[in-house]
Amino acid sequence: MNSGPRATGTSIRDRADLLARIMITPAVLYIAVMIGFPFILAILYSLSDATTGDPTLHIIGLQNFRDILADPVFRTSLKNTFVFALVSQTLVIVLSRILATALMADFRGKWLVRFLVMLPWTAPISLGTIGWLWMFDSIFSPIDWILRKIGLLGAPGALLGPMQNLYWLGEPFLAMASVVTVHVWRLLPLATVIQLAGLSSIPRDLLEAAEVDGATALRKTLEITIPLTMPIISIAFLFGLIFTFTDMTVVYVLTRGGPIHMTQVLSTWTFFKGIEGGDLAQGAAVSLFMFPVLAGIAILVLRVARRTEVV
Amino acid sequence: MARVELENISKLFGATTAVNEVNLQTIEGEFLVLLGPSGCGKTTLLRMIAGIETPSSGDIVIDGEKVTHLPPRTRNIAMVFQSYALYPHMTVFKNIAFPLRTRGVDRTAIREKVEQAAGMFGIGSLLERKPRELSGGERQRVALARAIVREPSVFLLDEPLSNLDAILRASAREELRLFQRRLGVTTVYVTHDQVEAMGLGDRIVVMNKGRVHQVGTPPEIYQWPADTFVATFVGSPPMNLIEQGDVLAGFRPETFLPAGPATENEGFVTYPFQVTWLEYLGAERLVYGDIGEKCCARHVVSRLPGNISIPIEPGKTYPFAVAKKAIRHFDRASGRLIDTGKT
Ligand SMILES: Nc1ncnc2c1ncn2[C@@H]1O[C@H](COP(=O)(O)OP(=O)(O)OP(=O)(O)O)[C@@H](O)[C@H]1O
Ligand SMILES: [Mg+2]
Repeated sequence: MNSGPRATGTSIRDRADLLARIMITPAVLYIAVMIGFPFILAILYSLSDATTGDPTLHIIGLQNFRDILADPVFRTSLKNTFVFALVSQTLVIVLSRILATALMADFRGKWLVRFLVMLPWTAPISLGTIGWLWMFDSIFSPIDWILRKIGLLGAPGALLGPMQNLYWLGEPFLAMASVVTVHVWRLLPLATVIQLAGLSSIPRDLLEAAEVDGATALRKTLEITIPLTMPIISIAFLFGLIFTFTDMTVVYVLTRGGPIHMTQVLSTWTFFKGIEGGDLAQGAAVSLFMFPVLAGIAILVLRVARRTEVV
Repeated sequence: MARVELENISKLFGATTAVNEVNLQTIEGEFLVLLGPSGCGKTTLLRMIAGIETPSSGDIVIDGEKVTHLPPRTRNIAMVFQSYALYPHMTVFKNIAFPLRTRGVDRTAIREKVEQAAGMFGIGSLLERKPRELSGGERQRVALARAIVREPSVFLLDEPLSNLDAILRASAREELRLFQRRLGVTTVYVTHDQVEAMGLGDRIVVMNKGRVHQVGTPPEIYQWPADTFVATFVGSPPMNLIEQGDVLAGFRPETFLPAGPATENEGFVTYPFQVTWLEYLGAERLVYGDIGEKCCARHVVSRLPGNISIPIEPGKTYPFAVAKKAIRHFDRASGRLIDTGKT
């Protein structure tokens, strides 16, 4: 034989393409079994008249979609899903930016503050929400107590009215505000950490160059820091949107969609309709409305991620 | 045009003293070079002049006005960073325009000035590109254009040529000097490359460990180094230093040449030179070896220009001579120059 490369003995480690395919197989299997299959099932159910009592697939066409579109609770849920996600994530981005900027500065006990900021992220969402249930309690709410103490509530002529409590979860607007508050509390840590990473990725000499070039603090923020961290801010925003858009725990624990369906969202309505109400078919139809939005966000995330690669 | 005065400036970072009681005055329109080894505090000094860093003690005075605690934007200073610090999300045009926009210059004037500055550095055709689409040399020009477009009163440069390759560096050095002459802006230039310092500077400030060792013109620094640090830091190869009791005698390698009939007189000292190693560099030869007694042999270098073609071989001993007036004497304990009277 000649002294060329040996045909035998090329181990699998040398076959980059094959190795890549083997490594990606679990992910593909996972997506197919845990996501693809339920997704197709949801589509089939939404076209059928299945119930929890009789889950056989009997296709009846688009009747379920006509029914839920005519249902005012569904329309409230759809609107609320967007309102909660957009309002809470806008607040999260603004607040996390402020927090991250503060945490970039050097001060004593910085690690403790960072730790405290991260804390909500470590608690299970349901437990955290149960904690908030007490904060918004109709009688024992500490928020109301503070408001009473500083004279904004409970006295004749007080700014927020003479009654003793605000009934956070009983008034439609306050109930909406409560849900948004918990979402903000929940996602602020993640967004802050992402923003911190963004801020510390800006080379220091860029900001110094801007200073020497005569920029004020405001101009530095608007023309250097924000444009340079925009991709990472968008990622934080889009991830937050997905989290809040798909979340059902907060509304389920806090208000159960009440008062009178005023805080219902797609995920809770799917559950109440499909599981508790037993109408699997309509539940599936409701849940499918989340799909185009989530797909859209996912595409945006991928685009932003690709754009940041280039810079 | 402006005069920068540093009065007893120090800067401490925790326990390290980056800059130690520096006193310095610039002369209007001059090209002043800060030269020193890595970590000696050059950048820190420059940053304090720019206002990015505040001195721990001492004062900075620009044009008679104390600016020690004023922010950079009140100083009308331009700085070119070692990394160039171009804004990556802005086009070349916007980069150069940035210092003008912060000063509220109107749009037509901005366009005019940016195009003029870009034309000066031959980057007029790159105005719509982003920094990442530029070569190292082009980036450096953009940084320079951004610096001069505001017509600064002082121009600070932190090793702006260190990212360029050797050929580009030589031409950039020449361009930089010509353009500084033309504008006549007081310039402070930081480098650790002594060739660059000698070639560019009207005056050179030699620093080490946060302190200024000598301020002078390139010939002064080269011929009359104030102490042994300057003597050995400036010049390549460095000045030869040999022990003579309490004194160190120093002479430049190019003054240490083969003895001959012309050197047999009062004005010269002759040494037996045991050659150990020889380097042929084309235009010159570097001869390494020892002189003096076995007990206290001293290692020295001779630099022979191409026109001295006598054969020299390692392992042999040759008589080499140095002119007495080329010899400098330093105090052995303090390292300070003892000789006075410059010739
Ligand atoms: N922000 C800082 N914090 C702590 N120490 C610093 C800081 N900046 C500089 N130093 C220290 O101060 C000293 C001087 O640093 P400086 O950057 O001025 O050196 P330099 O002369 O510019 O060196 P080089 O030629 O390598 O750029 C160094 O010992 C450095 O470690
Ligand atoms: Mg430096």
